[in-house]
Amino acid sequence: MVFDPHTLSVSDLSVARGGLPVLAGVGFDLVPGQALVLRGPNGSGKTTLLRTIAGLQPPLQGAINGAEDRIAYAAHADGLKAMLSVTENLSFWAEIFGYPQIDPALDAYALRPLATRLAGTLSAGQKRRLGLARLMVTGRPVWVLDEPTVSLDSSAVAMFAGAVRAHLAHGGSALIATHIDLGLAADVFDVSAFRAQTNARLGASDEAFL
Amino acid sequence: MKALLIRDIRLAFRAGGGFGLGLAFFLIVTVLVPFSVGPQQALLGSIAPGVLWLGALLACLLSLDRLLALDFEDGTLDLLVTSPLPLEGAVSVKALAHWITTGLPLVLAAPVLGVLLNLPPAGFGWLVASLALGTPALSVIGTFGAALTVGIKRGGLLLSLLVLPLYVPSLIFGAEAARRGALGLDPATPLLMLAGITFATVGLMPFASAAVLRMGLR
Repeated sequence: MVFDPHTLSVSDLSVARGGLPVLAGVGFDLVPGQALVLRGPNGSGKTTLLRTIAGLQPPLQGAINGAEDRIAYAAHADGLKAMLSVTENLSFWAEIFGYPQIDPALDAYALRPLATRLAGTLSAGQKRRLGLARLMVTGRPVWVLDEPTVSLDSSAVAMFAGAVRAHLAHGGSALIATHIDLGLAADVFDVSAFRAQTNARLGASDEAFL
Repeated sequence: MKALLIRDIRLAFRAGGGFGLGLAFFLIVTVLVPFSVGPQQALLGSIAPGVLWLGALLACLLSLDRLLALDFEDGTLDLLVTSPLPLEGAVSVKALAHWITTGLPLVLAAPVLGVLLNLPPAGFGWLVASLALGTPALSVIGTFGAALTVGIKRGGLLLSLLVLPLYVPSLIFGAEAARRGALGLDPATPLLMLAGITFATVGLMPFASAAVLRMGLR
């Protein structure tokens, strides 16, 4: 499967968390086959930037092009149901995204031996693997990942890096906020250079109604 | 959409899913009413439609705070918003799943419990008809309330306060239709009003629910 060759481009983007701008003037292009690693200290606005790009919150200003219906988002919570089995969880997301098969995803993260287990009985790392396997059943070209390797052991990190490499080889792209070295040929984008002026009150006007 | 419906129903029936919570509450209320009112058959018969409707409404209310809160906590809502499903469709399907697992069992249990309350024989059909017409509105309005309170920890109290006033019209017309049916009067007018409320909420509420949900997820 080869993805449509569109570029995700972000220009002059300002994002806010809790009404306060955290990043301003962010701009980059993510071309097919490219992985971009976001770096920055805790609280620098990586998660807020990723949520904005995924469409979960509106930007304060700026434009995001090529994101519409092309993003698979994965954050700290994996969206798994404890009382559903591994296959049931994965099949659910495959059906929601209209993707035909879950077998490659099960194999990529070595989930086949766990296929009939309830997700609630998995360990934290196994749950994380299942959450990452979900990306492969979305059929979406742009992976937007927030700390994907939390609670993964080194072999699972290698599985994840392999999955990302395969995704890039098929013309997909990935935007990853992480603190560890994944061993990918990825470009690094440091968000700390785009820290917004904290005295600016842009976008805070609606706080009274929230 | 079908996948979401099947998943929600499946989850409701699995351990800890909460299926039967509303039904058990409904059963307890209607079984206890004759004990508290006393053995006055005529009185029981005349309050039966109102008690059954009130019991069904409160039973419905009981399960609302789990409707979206669980999906919010485990991140499913974030992922649904970024999925190809329109959010309006997703909340409609969740309301439908709530009705199938909560409202429908109440509709089916009501005639059985009507016997305990000495409901006049003429009223059974109208009671079931009014509940079947009215309970979908309770699920749809409840989904809206759940969407409003989705990010709030322990939002159950706020949810009840927000939703109860919106439930009042359904309760008034539903109980009135059942009462008229039980007395042998013509229940057409309250039934039509009830149907109107249900169709209007089913048609319009999902848009409101999706809009507040998008805001709540920010």
